[in-house]
Amino acid sequence: MSEITTDVVAHLANLARIALTPEEIEKLTGELGAIVDSVAKVSEVATADVPATSHPIPLSNVFRADVPGQTLTTEQALAGAPEHDGTRFKVSAILGEEQ
Amino acid sequence: MTDLTRLSAADLADKLASGDVSSVEATRAHLDRIAAVDGDVHAFLHINAQALDTAALVDAARAAGEKLGPLAGVPVAIKDVLCTIDMPSTAGSRILEGWVPPYDATVVAKLRASHLIPLGKTNMDEFAMGSSTEHSAFGPTHNPWDLDRIPGGSGGGSAAAVAAYEAPLALGSDTGGSIRQPAAVTGSVGVKPTYGGVSRYGAIALASSLDQVGPVTRTVLDAALLHDVIGGHDPRDSTSLSDVWPSFADAARAGQKAENLKGLRIGVVKELDGPGFQAGVSQRFHEALTVLEQAGAEIVEVSAPNFEYAVAAYYLILPAEASSNLAKFDSVRFGLRVNPVGGGTVEDVMSATREAGFGPEVKRRIILGTYALSAGYYDAYYGSAQKVRTLIQRDFDAAFAQVDVLVSPAAPTTAFKLGEKLEDPMAMYLNDVTTIPANLAGVPGMGLPIGLAPEDGLPVGIQIMAPARADARLYTLGATLERLLEDKWGHTLISQAPELSLSEMLAATEGAV
Repeated sequence: MSEITTDVVAHLANLARIALTPEEIEKLTGELGAIVDSVAKVSEVATADVPATSHPIPLSNVFRADVPGQTLTTEQALAGAPEHDGTRFKVSAILGEEQ
Repeated sequence: MTDLTRLSAADLADKLASGDVSSVEATRAHLDRIAAVDGDVHAFLHINAQALDTAALVDAARAAGEKLGPLAGVPVAIKDVLCTIDMPSTAGSRILEGWVPPYDATVVAKLRASHLIPLGKTNMDEFAMGSSTEHSAFGPTHNPWDLDRIPGGSGGGSAAAVAAYEAPLALGSDTGGSIRQPAAVTGSVGVKPTYGGVSRYGAIALASSLDQVGPVTRTVLDAALLHDVIGGHDPRDSTSLSDVWPSFADAARAGQKAENLKGLRIGVVKELDGPGFQAGVSQRFHEALTVLEQAGAEIVEVSAPNFEYAVAAYYLILPAEASSNLAKFDSVRFGLRVNPVGGGTVEDVMSATREAGFGPEVKRRIILGTYALSAGYYDAYYGSAQKVRTLIQRDFDAAFAQVDVLVSPAAPTTAFKLGEKLEDPMAMYLNDVTTIPANLAGVPGMGLPIGLAPEDGLPVGIQIMAPARADARLYTLGATLERLLEDKWGHTLISQAPELSLSEMLAATEGAV
């Protein structure tokens, strides 16, 4: 049995910053339960003696010379922004009234 | 006059080099074809308005005696996951609708430097999450073999574009099969290179440890020619391999000319050959094995016992990485912004934007990934999935100690009907059972057509896999198998696709502009 409940999904949606509707939370709860039950089989073979792999081809640290490269202009960086003042991105207040 | 859209890229390149055909003529022929069929196929989200101008510049450069690359003047379609400085790049998502990046992906820059002609951007499942292109925010792509069926995914647009003769070449990206599975169901050729063999800079990331950009074409040689253009080290991608690669086109040409396959050991993955595969898929796969054996190859059954856990591991690793990668869509620097009713903090705006801008599959995977990475569950899910990844790599190592290449069907079924699996996420995820292991291990894989399933007349593909860095083997064996099959049939497989009806609609230009 999966432990995915509507409360869990609502909490995850908050962490992921997606304002899901109650209907979406309901639907996702059922779907995620089925998916989690199915993917949980990884624990059958993932025993303590098996090392984890995070990357398919082992690479050592990759460095480059510390010299200025070609970067975006301010205009280019702001070109796709929903709102800006010509030099900076504009956003709503970071803190709410109760904070 | 020859229909220029029916030529392979290699043949078209020869005609361009000899001066028989101009790039403007070739580009116009493909734009006309797109205008005629893309209303039905919907392979493209955007058409490059500068395509003919770019072609004219290449023609002028050629006339001036400039030294040009082997594919100079050949049109190419680009999956919408790749950033293009002169065209919108949406990755199939509303959240990026209309976004024009301030830079080109390295692979796109390489296409331009080699004088290929970008025709436009191709449709895909949103952020490459899907196996049918039905998760595109801009409507599905239709399979040119049967417009009621899926073209595979996520790169259904690129596969359909080459299968419908709208482009001789396309770029795709493959995180769990998004190049190889569409190739299988559209009768085209697609290659996922060794992880790190092709730059990911400017490819909108889905799962960074799995994503790889690769060629989508109608012939093995064309895929090799395109791979030669886009491959190689890129200092802008820290996971890019610094290897010097051999010419894959030379490898393909050697395969075309090979008299036999004596000395080649081909492993059949036992776990990817059995129940669960459509009867006609299994039949054509085993017939292809017979063709290979008759040509002198030694067919060996190999076991990869942990492949059984690959889909489960993949659907933990991918959502975990995707939930992190997609955090950048925060309504601040690019893309959509939705202000909630009555205003709110930047967090409220972010949540409202992501609710409105992401489709159901993207939300599903972000929530799943957030869960897999949560405190208390991390070891059980993400940690275990990474261990399975090690086990799958060990399976590959053991198999490649016995054989030179591995083969399996490229997809478990032929193209299914649009809508058939849309409401059942797990059924959709299982479409990639054959292709996911290669991504988890970073090894290269190719999908290429081997016939039509008797029960439905739809294309069946084989997958060839090689050890990491041995991509050339795919092209050599792929080209030999392609030639052996075409000699047997007396024609190419793609030539058997039904003719699409032509319309005067200009639907292709109306996409996500």
